[in-house]
Amino acid sequence: MTMTEREMSTITAQVNGEVVTVPEGSTILEACRRVGLDLPTLCYGPTMSAANACRVCVVELEGSRALVPSCSRKLEEGMEIRTGTERAEHSRRLVLELLGSASELDRSGDQLDSWIEDAGAEPSRFGPKAATVATAPKIEDDLYVRDYGRCILCYRCVDACGVEHQNTFAIAVAGRGFEAHISTEFDVALPDSACVYCGNCIAVCPTGALVGKVEFDMRENDTWDESRQDVTRTVCSYCGVGCNLDLHTQDEKIVKVTSPHDHDVTLGNLCIKGRFGQSYVSSGRDG
Amino acid sequence: MFGAGGGTSSYREIEETDLIIMWGSNAREAHPIFFHHVLKGVRNGARMFVIDPRRTSTARWADVWLGIDVGSDIALANAVGREIIHQDLQNREFIDEATEGFDNYAAGVEEYTLERAEEITGVPAEAVERLAHEYAKAETAQLCWTLGITEHHNATDNVLALINLALLTGHVGRYGSGVIPLRGQNNVQGGGDMGALPNKLPGFQDVEDDEKRAKFEAVWGAEVPPKAGKHISLMHEAMDEGDLTALYIIGENPLQSEADSTEMRRRLTNLDFLVVQDIFLTPTAELADVVLPAAGWGETEGTFTSSERRVQRVRRAVDPPGEAQDDIAILSAVARAMGHPWVTPTAEEAWDEMRQLSPLHGGMTYARLEELGGLQWPCPDVDHPGTLFLHGRLWERPISGRRAPFHVVEDDPPVDTLTEEFPIRLTTGRRLDSFNTGVQSGRYSSPRRIPGVLDLSPEDGVSLGVSEGDRVTVTSRRGSLQAPVRFDRSLRPGLAFMSVHFPDDVDVNVLTIDAWDPKSGTAEFKATAIRVEPLVSV
Amino acid sequence: MDLRALLDRPTEAERMAVDDLLGPSEPFDGRVAYGGHEARGQRQMLLPALHAVQDAVGSVSRGALGYISDRLTVPPAEAYGVATFYSLFNTDQPGRTTIHVCDDIVCSQYGAEDLIQALEGSELSWERSPCLGQCERAPAVMFHHPGQGYGNAAPVDSDAVGNAVFDELPPSVVHQDQSQLRLLRRIGRVDPASLQAYRESGGYEALTSAIELGPDGVISALDESGLKGRGGAAFPIGIKWRGVADAPGRDKYVIANGDESEPGTFKDRLLMEGDPFAVVEAMTIFGYATGSTKGYIYVRGEYPTAEKRLGEAIVMATDAGLLGTDVAGAGFEFDLEVRRGAGAYICGEETALFASIEGYRGEPRQKPPFPTQHGVFGKPTGINNIETLLATLEVIAGGAGEFARVGTEQSTGPKLFCVSGAVEKPGVFEVPFGTTLGEILALAGGVRGGLGLSAVLLGGAAGVFVDSGSLDMPLTFEDTQAAGATLGSGAVIVFDENCDFGPVLRRIARFFRDESCGQCVPCRIGTVRQSETLARLGDGETLGTVADELERLDDLARVMTDASICGLGQTAASAIQSAIRLRLRGAPA
Repeated sequence: MTMTEREMSTITAQVNGEVVTVPEGSTILEACRRVGLDLPTLCYGPTMSAANACRVCVVELEGSRALVPSCSRKLEEGMEIRTGTERAEHSRRLVLELLGSASELDRSGDQLDSWIEDAGAEPSRFGPKAATVATAPKIEDDLYVRDYGRCILCYRCVDACGVEHQNTFAIAVAGRGFEAHISTEFDVALPDSACVYCGNCIAVCPTGALVGKVEFDMRENDTWDESRQDVTRTVCSYCGVGCNLDLHTQDEKIVKVTSPHDHDVTLGNLCIKGRFGQSYVSSGRDG
Repeated sequence: MFGAGGGTSSYREIEETDLIIMWGSNAREAHPIFFHHVLKGVRNGARMFVIDPRRTSTARWADVWLGIDVGSDIALANAVGREIIHQDLQNREFIDEATEGFDNYAAGVEEYTLERAEEITGVPAEAVERLAHEYAKAETAQLCWTLGITEHHNATDNVLALINLALLTGHVGRYGSGVIPLRGQNNVQGGGDMGALPNKLPGFQDVEDDEKRAKFEAVWGAEVPPKAGKHISLMHEAMDEGDLTALYIIGENPLQSEADSTEMRRRLTNLDFLVVQDIFLTPTAELADVVLPAAGWGETEGTFTSSERRVQRVRRAVDPPGEAQDDIAILSAVARAMGHPWVTPTAEEAWDEMRQLSPLHGGMTYARLEELGGLQWPCPDVDHPGTLFLHGRLWERPISGRRAPFHVVEDDPPVDTLTEEFPIRLTTGRRLDSFNTGVQSGRYSSPRRIPGVLDLSPEDGVSLGVSEGDRVTVTSRRGSLQAPVRFDRSLRPGLAFMSVHFPDDVDVNVLTIDAWDPKSGTAEFKATAIRVEPLVSV
Repeated sequence: MDLRALLDRPTEAERMAVDDLLGPSEPFDGRVAYGGHEARGQRQMLLPALHAVQDAVGSVSRGALGYISDRLTVPPAEAYGVATFYSLFNTDQPGRTTIHVCDDIVCSQYGAEDLIQALEGSELSWERSPCLGQCERAPAVMFHHPGQGYGNAAPVDSDAVGNAVFDELPPSVVHQDQSQLRLLRRIGRVDPASLQAYRESGGYEALTSAIELGPDGVISALDESGLKGRGGAAFPIGIKWRGVADAPGRDKYVIANGDESEPGTFKDRLLMEGDPFAVVEAMTIFGYATGSTKGYIYVRGEYPTAEKRLGEAIVMATDAGLLGTDVAGAGFEFDLEVRRGAGAYICGEETALFASIEGYRGEPRQKPPFPTQHGVFGKPTGINNIETLLATLEVIAGGAGEFARVGTEQSTGPKLFCVSGAVEKPGVFEVPFGTTLGEILALAGGVRGGLGLSAVLLGGAAGVFVDSGSLDMPLTFEDTQAAGATLGSGAVIVFDENCDFGPVLRRIARFFRDESCGQCVPCRIGTVRQSETLARLGDGETLGTVADELERLDDLARVMTDASICGLGQTAASAIQSAIRLRLRGAPA
């Protein structure tokens, strides 16, 4: 099929009564965005297939008994979608309450805070004895920290490490139910695992559970200040693939390196050198 | 390949191709993000062949890994070509319409039977046959290589042997089919593009072409020497002969990166005058008469060109430390000191001047590079979208431009032969977390770092009576060093490996040979004959 | 794949267990290696390989897991993720004899806690287990002697459990008169280990008829029969089979879902143990009619006898030319393989079951796409539970019209019910659809000890409670649906007038908490919060008022029902909410 033929196949459906036409294969979420409705998403990342786990993006679909996840459900001809209904809002509020009751979310960004506020969610309503995933941060090397007390088990790190991007499979979900957690084999320390320290898991973590050691330390010391940071887009200084980098600098030091998710060479991914090997720039030349 | 030097294809094509050949390339470690695109192709169903003496992490993804003897690539490629021809699997239409020299080529590969290939390469004939059939029958195929092909005394012939296969099967010039030399450094491609080659002006324009030269002279207001310069191995020769007595090195650490470092040290110390411009006081810089501190990556503006010919902007994020200055500022200052009234241009001004002169880059304004996230050359004018893949012209009927030539090339084993005295083949290469001589990558703390060691097969360890971690003496015909042993199950007996990353601890180039390719000047880093002796413990 | 191997080496016993399954490993050649897609295609052998070492040595050690990962080209972290998903794989202690004690809804009424007390002080290795599917002879345990195999024992007493010495389990019996039976007619009467006995009792007549009808004729007959799936969803079988038959592509699969794990459900176990050739025959017809050449029978790990009987039946059928490249000389190919579950209720959900066969964690997938288009290995797949498959034999051999005359217009044919709990004669009963709940209780001898009835849990933990007001309800798909109840799995768990439902509801909540796969938030965390809330209510330590707690339970029920990926989460509050609505004694109020 050529590109033009593909584009010619479209789906027409309704979102909140408004008719929307999108290319075949689009998700309900994409259709909603087409009509200017943005829905919260946590486990869904722009460079990845939907993990379909958090259920914060659910909407009502006429004829469907259960709510459907807008991030992964493909739009079909004639579907009638309703967002913002009492049922959908109820589920969203409960999902946010459940997540907030189990995981530490204070480094998940302003967006999540606003969703929680907008939904009127009260994560504390399950009481002080509610089971949580709290656990001490794993600090095993100088490159990154795994702070699983913040993990919402969105599967993004596992998918980024696995089939979606890196194909290293150093981590997977182990255990089951509430005890399910991200783990190496037999929970061995990261340096003993298959990890290649690309940090592509960090790049997709929505809650700060996976974080560079420099950022982690600065946050712990209260010196991390995004308002004083600049972000400079450039190209990696190592091999000839041409990965785009965003250098996050604070006080003339590189404090974090990321790659833009919309860059078609990297899709936000880097290797160990690209993500962590740039420290020679602003340090080590003083002496 | 056929004129301009660059990979023919874009990374995205490898995601949709049917067959991937990685030949002398450990992209999983050396080009990790390119390998993401390879893996997408594999996940989309592409089959993959890897040709490498070692069963590398790249090879572990292969449907078929061919563990050839170091330096037997031409024998393998020629046998693949012969098998394709004998089974009548070649692309006749493409050969007839778009190439020349096929008959000579067919005659030239005739002696390379599968059996002979097995004898020379060590790889079972059936695996060679399978490679030939699958490559010829694939609808689309990408053939990628790296230093495993080019760090040989016959590097250019190696490349030509592979290009012959692409011409034979028509696997070039179409979406999804092409040949990709992966670039080892951020801007090797860009350096070549800009004329940092002894015989080229920016845009791969021949320096000995009077018309081209005149164009540059008009804009530059200066005379351009009409003869091609010397590539690095010729410079070494000139230094040895006393014809070259002053050297200005910018951003290179040849004392540690060039083969046979004992020789290299002698050459550099014998110079009358050595200037080194670098971001660190490298061991090479320590030998210099004058050291010019340069601003480094992250501290300067400009562009890099990637292995898919994509020119992208690089930007300053922090100020250079101390007295360090932009290369462009240093060069202008040197020119002024020599009495030329140069005003230091901005990176963009220098770029815009070059755009006037290089048709490949003509349409790449900074504004467009910014807006489009880079452009792939050729991009002759500001309305041109850039070029996804090269040599589409070979599929026009009749083709435009000249036909692509086959080249007859012959097996030519490594110069450093294996003997009873030097029975083990040492090859060198790179590891994931490190980069070249470690000037940059040595400055971050990697949990994956493997220091300077000699990788041996466990079987060789047993026959030498050494355990992992034991120090051994490694000796070649040129020198000797000591290193601890590490066992690597991806090696077969008789094959050893060392990385190039830790010259301060284990200077592997004490061992390597500076036999070099007459066309490219590259030395044979990949093939050294060594012997290994256990150190008596103290 | 460029896997990084664990440093530990397998023991000789572990290596042999794996090599017996996969064949000896090939040494590194040094010159050529074939891998890639083919090597990664071995992933589906992961569960069998984990079983092999668990069976042999009673645990999956680092060395064994590393060796399996290496042999199958599976990343060790993923293999560990799979091994820790299934409760029967032991990854955290050395292997030894282990006793799994059922403390679920039925066994807990029959003294399960006494068994646990007997074990608590002992040296033995033991675990609490969800329902083991032996409810007609509660209390039950499953035991595992490494190197010797698994076994069930029921009913058991504290002495047997405390000494880990168990009698051989007698075959299950059927209480009804032979003349009333179709699906159960061979149970306890025809030797399940004899193909000849099966044929002499009418076996393989359906396959002969099916070949005469042709694939399309078989599916048309199923359409005419009105047969609907017995697994809970009541989907018309003809439509399902046709969906697979019509799906494009060459590779298609059929699967028998023998992962019967719903608490209080054991009918499929009787069929698989007592009439294994019928399962094989039905699967052969399933394959024939849908154009599938490969079938799997997925048997829950807690049913070792069923697995053994089916495996033997497949071998005998293959030897007799009834499976293989030319089935019964009719020129079609069909092979069958038994796959063992490993302790995961969720794998009864069809998409989770696919993942399990493929060698992954049993995590359900979002539907659509539906299995008939995108099933196991991403190929069109037909999947039916065991009872449904045996019902197809009745349709094919006895005729669609004959079949449809049994039952009601919308619920045709015979139906099996598993009656357990507080009745005189627990067991599996075969009745026409439309038989009332009261009639079924009467077949089981009524409430035990002449006591009154307080409630019946229809459909197991995922079902709903009904009280004596529903005794006249005909048990059909349509009548139960109209009453807001469900037939579910066919479980009918009876509670007498003295029952305190507090502990029952807490056990149900714990069941879902334990069995949630952990994938989606509503279920992963919701089942925990539901369990915590019931615990607080039971302890009288409410957060706020009881009304606040009821509101919380209602909120949790809604989000789990509305927003969970699969049926597990969607029904995790169903029984509890129905108990609250019925104001059963001990239920929160």
